[in-house]
Amino acid sequence: MFFDSDLLMSALRALTPILLAALGGAICERAGVFNIGLEGMMLMGCFTAVATSWFTGSPWLGVLAAALAAAGYSLILAVGAVTLRGDAVVLGVAMNLLAVGLTGFLLRTVFGVQGTFDDPSLAGLPLIGGFTPLTYLSWAAVAVAAVLLSRHVWGLRLRGVGEAPDAAATLGVSPVRYKYGAILVSGVLCGLAGAQLALGNVTLFTENMTAGRGWIAVVAVMLGRAAPVGVLLAALLFGLAEAAGFRLQGLGLPQQATDAAPYVVTLGALFLTTARRRRRIRPSGAAS
Amino acid sequence: MNPARITGALRSPVTFSVLAGVLIGALFLVGTGADPITAYEAVLTGALGADGIGSTLTTTTSVLGMALALAIPLRARLINLGGDGQMVLGGITAAVTGLYSPLPAPLTVVLALLAGMAAGAAYATLAALCENHLGVPLLVSSLLLSYPAVSLASYLARYPLKEPGSSLPQTRAMPDGVELPSFGDSTVTVGLVLVAVAAAAYCFTDRRTAVGYEIRMTGLNARFSAYAGVERRGLTLKLMSVSGALAGLVGAIGVLSFPYRFVDGSLTAPGYTWTGLTAALLAMAAPIGTVISSFFFAVLQVGGLAMERTTEVPRELTQVLQAIVIVFLAARLRFPGRWFDRRKEAV
Repeated sequence: MFFDSDLLMSALRALTPILLAALGGAICERAGVFNIGLEGMMLMGCFTAVATSWFTGSPWLGVLAAALAAAGYSLILAVGAVTLRGDAVVLGVAMNLLAVGLTGFLLRTVFGVQGTFDDPSLAGLPLIGGFTPLTYLSWAAVAVAAVLLSRHVWGLRLRGVGEAPDAAATLGVSPVRYKYGAILVSGVLCGLAGAQLALGNVTLFTENMTAGRGWIAVVAVMLGRAAPVGVLLAALLFGLAEAAGFRLQGLGLPQQATDAAPYVVTLGALFLTTARRRRRIRPSGAAS
Repeated sequence: MNPARITGALRSPVTFSVLAGVLIGALFLVGTGADPITAYEAVLTGALGADGIGSTLTTTTSVLGMALALAIPLRARLINLGGDGQMVLGGITAAVTGLYSPLPAPLTVVLALLAGMAAGAAYATLAALCENHLGVPLLVSSLLLSYPAVSLASYLARYPLKEPGSSLPQTRAMPDGVELPSFGDSTVTVGLVLVAVAAAAYCFTDRRTAVGYEIRMTGLNARFSAYAGVERRGLTLKLMSVSGALAGLVGAIGVLSFPYRFVDGSLTAPGYTWTGLTAALLAMAAPIGTVISSFFFAVLQVGGLAMERTTEVPRELTQVLQAIVIVFLAARLRFPGRWFDRRKEAV
């Protein structure tokens, strides 16, 4: 059978890194910061997780270090876009490029290898019921983010900062502080996403191993309209596409076709939802 | 140049970003135990010396081609991130044309170049249509479309078009004479001339024509230019088709130069798209600036290899340098004098 519990399991595994990164992106979006540096932050998380796990022998320290490193890396966006009012899109693109170069450079200076660092003694994350603890954490994060954004005063202030920064400032809510907070949280979540990718799904580091997942996460934010549950559904779609791709590969389809599957499915979903949304908006006559 | 312009250039964010990049790069070099001066010397002599200049000019061809492809929409503040897909489709289309065209060799070369440009343009137009009619931001649609295109070309080069008996994922070599003429016995081909002509055409369009003016106005203030009658959707479509055509041209040039075939990964692996985007961003898409910054990054890329040989510092450092330059530029950091002025304005 094509759709069975194995497929769902591998879909849920594929979904975890996207979901974590996309949640971070959604929180930034709500605070009014367009964060397309998710890919780069994830990649920094991947490398830090592997390097720390290798040197300390503890994957848990690897996860912690990945979260801290990616949060530190996200400061580039915070300082550049919020404090210095630079262009967030250009900064995000540059951060993604910098992460590819930096991790490649570190891979060669720290481990002396090019391409892939793969060692049998590198400790990966343990599995509980077929998933890493980070997978469960990602589900919990969706619930927490959903409650915070809709119920808690922090979430309401964050949304206020995103939608009407001047009004928020008048009420004594510092937009700068909330934006910094949102960006740092997105850094932590992307670091966890990277750790999951490098110590959970597999146990190795490959140059550019995020391979566009950060961009899929950006799309998941758009698809899910920056709402935690919406983002979860969008990420699930990607997870299913990736798992189905692997399954098809087992059935003899060339790898190239299955590599492309998640992107094609994501694009298709994006077209369908935006087209529907536009049809709904158009009668009011507001063309941007 | 009068003194005011010179001080202006010195205080510009571009100068600051490049200097900051070079300085931070030096810190990295010290961190790995290398002497920064020796390393930078190796970059320069390796890229501009007699052994390296041919390689630098070949790299410049691809980097400048991609930089122009990305600069032209960027002038109107449209970011095309699908360069890889457009370039690779251009390359594989040129390869198919070169292999199967019944025309005489010189005509086949022209046909292959045109076919590559058409393929790139068609694919880039698809991304523009996604933005115009489906409301998907160009940045996202162009990038996501790029992945299936790269996969498709990879599939073609590995299965239906694969050279029989070869263990490498590559097509057969072009027939005799189906190649771009090169200068002397160097690897520099007429492709460099084609890209230079494209740069000159962009420069002329930007400065002297109404379209160029419309593009710049849209880049400076999209709402104002829309009010003044610039039709945004049409402009997006036009700019993306030109952009894709240039990316396709770079792919076709790659196939019609050494090793005269489509090799899976050989167009995307050197990162021409991203280096080109970096160069275009550094120049803020201005024509002459794009040429200069493309050459600068080609020197870095080729010189990085020489640096790796002499100092054992990984060549990835040059990629780090490029990105740092753009991070500083994006944050619009300037030398203190200007910076304080700007903050005063903001208050």
